[in-house]
Amino acid sequence: MAGFLLKRLAQAVFVVMVVTLIVSVAVRMTGDPAMMIAQGATDITEADLERIREGLGLNEPFLSQYLATLSGLFTWDFGRSFLGGTPVSTLIGNALPATLLLAFTSLLVSIVISIPLGIRAAIRRGKWEDQLIRILSLVGLSFPNFWLATMLVLLFSITLQWLPPSGMNGIASFIMPAVTMGIILTATNVRLVRTSMLEVMQSQYIMVARAKGLSERTVLYKHALRNCAIPLITFLGLQFGGLLGGIVVVERVFNWPGMGSLAFDAVAGRDYPVLQSVIMILSTLIVLVNLLVDIAYGLIDPRIRTE
Amino acid sequence: MKDTHHTSLLSVQGLTVSFGASQVIKDLSFEVPLGKTVAVVGESGSGKSVTSLSIMRLADLNGATYDGGSIVLNPATRPTDLLTLQQDEARQIRGKDVAMIFQEPMTSLNPVYTIGDQIAEILMLHERVSRQDALTEAVRLLSLVRLPDAQGVINRYPHQLSGGMRQRVMIAMAVACRPKLLIADEPTTALDVTIQAQILDILRDLQAELGMSIIFITHDMGVVAEIADQVVVMWKGEKVEEGPVETIFATPRHPYTRSLLSAVPKLGAMTGQDYPLKSPLTVLVDGRPEQVGETRVQDTAQMAAAPLLSVRDLSVRFDLKKTWYGKVTHVCPAVTGASFDIHPGETLSLVGESGSGKSTIARAIMQLNSPSAGDIAFDGKPMSRMSLAERQKLRQEIQYIFQDPFASLDPRKTVGWSIAEPIRTHGLMDNDRNISRRIGELLERVGLPASVATRYPHQFSGGQRQRVCIARALASKPRLIIADEALSALDVSIQAQIINLFMDLQKDDGLAYLFVSHDMAVVEKMSHRVAVLYLGQIVEMGSRRQVFENTAHPYTRRLLSAVPHPDPTHRREPVRLEGEVPSTTRRIGDEPPAAIHREVSPGHMVASN
Repeated sequence: MAGFLLKRLAQAVFVVMVVTLIVSVAVRMTGDPAMMIAQGATDITEADLERIREGLGLNEPFLSQYLATLSGLFTWDFGRSFLGGTPVSTLIGNALPATLLLAFTSLLVSIVISIPLGIRAAIRRGKWEDQLIRILSLVGLSFPNFWLATMLVLLFSITLQWLPPSGMNGIASFIMPAVTMGIILTATNVRLVRTSMLEVMQSQYIMVARAKGLSERTVLYKHALRNCAIPLITFLGLQFGGLLGGIVVVERVFNWPGMGSLAFDAVAGRDYPVLQSVIMILSTLIVLVNLLVDIAYGLIDPRIRTE
Repeated sequence: MKDTHHTSLLSVQGLTVSFGASQVIKDLSFEVPLGKTVAVVGESGSGKSVTSLSIMRLADLNGATYDGGSIVLNPATRPTDLLTLQQDEARQIRGKDVAMIFQEPMTSLNPVYTIGDQIAEILMLHERVSRQDALTEAVRLLSLVRLPDAQGVINRYPHQLSGGMRQRVMIAMAVACRPKLLIADEPTTALDVTIQAQILDILRDLQAELGMSIIFITHDMGVVAEIADQVVVMWKGEKVEEGPVETIFATPRHPYTRSLLSAVPKLGAMTGQDYPLKSPLTVLVDGRPEQVGETRVQDTAQMAAAPLLSVRDLSVRFDLKKTWYGKVTHVCPAVTGASFDIHPGETLSLVGESGSGKSTIARAIMQLNSPSAGDIAFDGKPMSRMSLAERQKLRQEIQYIFQDPFASLDPRKTVGWSIAEPIRTHGLMDNDRNISRRIGELLERVGLPASVATRYPHQFSGGQRQRVCIARALASKPRLIIADEALSALDVSIQAQIINLFMDLQKDDGLAYLFVSHDMAVVEKMSHRVAVLYLGQIVEMGSRRQVFENTAHPYTRRLLSAVPHPDPTHRREPVRLEGEVPSTTRRIGDEPPAAIHREVSPGHMVASN
């Protein structure tokens, strides 16, 4: 297990390095930040632009700029924003907790709802409960998140005036963004739980557990659930990436002060240091979550632990 | 009420069970006497497993409905009709008074809990003991089923145990609460004969010790003869015959029982014969028994001719462990130094337990595994010196038939398409009309009507599918067919028909067979020569008569002694066959030495170490 984790850790470092490299190269192909900063000034000369570039550190060799970005992961010094000069670490320090709170709330909500519903659908296979759950999950799956977010705001903030339409301010402000992100997650998770539960329930050891005289609840929650946890957490690990992707849109709609909003503004303003750092941190998070998934495998399944 | 009730533990009366619209058990009645073993015999689909699941009240959890009848436990003392119980009442009986062992030991245990937890669970449930006491009792139960190191096994997980060990764990779990009735549903079918013999001995001893009744579900008449007191024969969901085991074997009355018994290969039946013998079969045609086929000595082997296939000093090893920079440290020497010839028209059987390397040899000949040493020559030409085109041609001349006819046909293609595939792959014909005529001929060769070519695999029974697989193997006009446990998944009556088909094809086309099997009786019936494998080495090889009648190696004797005799009047002495096949993982440099063979009589080779 220790050797396995070391190997995974080495892979994780490599992944973060490659992702950061790709982002650094790609962002430099989108245009010149000096032009962005100089926008509006009419009598700008090439010498002025050069001075701006010099000031931003863009005349350094690409490799040393890249390494500087990467070293931020260890020193927590990502340079300063091109726009306004705030240290990037301060921006991220404010945005990251907001995003993580929202992401984990959505994930938690989806797990809490989808596991019981998925199990219910599996044991009532073909009955009306199963049909209903499957139809509802398909409906949930079909909502585009930007549309759903807008509809929620229209209904609960503007018409009913129950919930704040934007910003992060207290528990109530979490409800709509978390529900928006949670619905799609829940819809896919319900289907996943249902399918893997159906498969596990066909196993011989479930028949054996029933033959022991165990109650149906013990059979389900002790013998079956742990065996369908493997595909479930694999999927949750993968979902986490998609979740952080979807967060850009949702944060935008609800004006959530998170990494998504930060990234959005950075792209618009060609703010290299902010964009690179945001993506590097998000990809590190995704890699770490998947590392945790690997550790969880070992805890859940002894066959993996002893290999 | 019959007077048998005084001595009955369980009384099944008029049981009728259906799944949806199809009735799988019709009006079944039988008694299970106290402390005795009742064997329920029948082939797949006869309803025998549904019977046991109905007694457990597990059938309705899987969608069955009980249309009628009763299953009464303790009819004389405290009669309880199991069918009228609610599920939560049935749960009190399940696992306590009535326990069950299933067919597949590999999948019967929950992979994520320790053996100790899984045994303790049932004790804590029914006996209401503490976890600590339950674990202590679990150790005792595991030593009762003769598992070595019971204390250690408690903390292990199912995947760390072999199939035989897992089945013992299952038995320990089943007898944990001293059930009055133990239902064993094909408990030894998936196991090697030597392990089967051990399991049967354990069951017999436990029965004597605990005084329980056993319902033993099986299709193996040898096992029935060995363990049963009473026999219930089922056919198409109905009981067709019932009686004491001696009577059933001596004077079977129902035609189905007669055909079943005639199909069972008996070890030793070939004593005194030099060649395999094709014998007529009793089959049921519209419910009436009919004799088909003739008696013929299978003298097809051209032993004087040059060998068709020569295997010389073949070794195959699999890398198991590597260091982090990729150096191999542990290997599994699956096959070490195997040498044998197959002549045209000959059947050579490779026998041995699982893990003995018999399939690895077959796969090496099919170029599915590459040998780590040694060579294989076909028609005198070593494979190592063949060009790519010659190797491709070899794939046409050697065909493979797999164990599982369900898994070896593409479910989305018609069987005609599957049979045509080798013809097209090897470019044997290009005209579609000729190909479809050839498909028709091939299907008729294997005893199926040509018109079934347009059907899909799921429309066939297991035996018919295996015939389709044989037709596919014949399609490329091979000279050697490798049959890897090709009969193991089939019911005995079907098995007997396929054996005769193999023999007819050999007679007509001069085919050579490499027959890989663990079933000694079938091997005795159809082989010209036999090679016995143990831990990847050939320990004994010779003509069938030499190996079976002048057995020279102790391992061969051990294998033969474990085979149950389908004759209840001559029960096998409970030989104490202990232990399991040892682990085959070897450190590099610590591989077993190649066996040295000596010739005890012309053509009869025996390993001397």
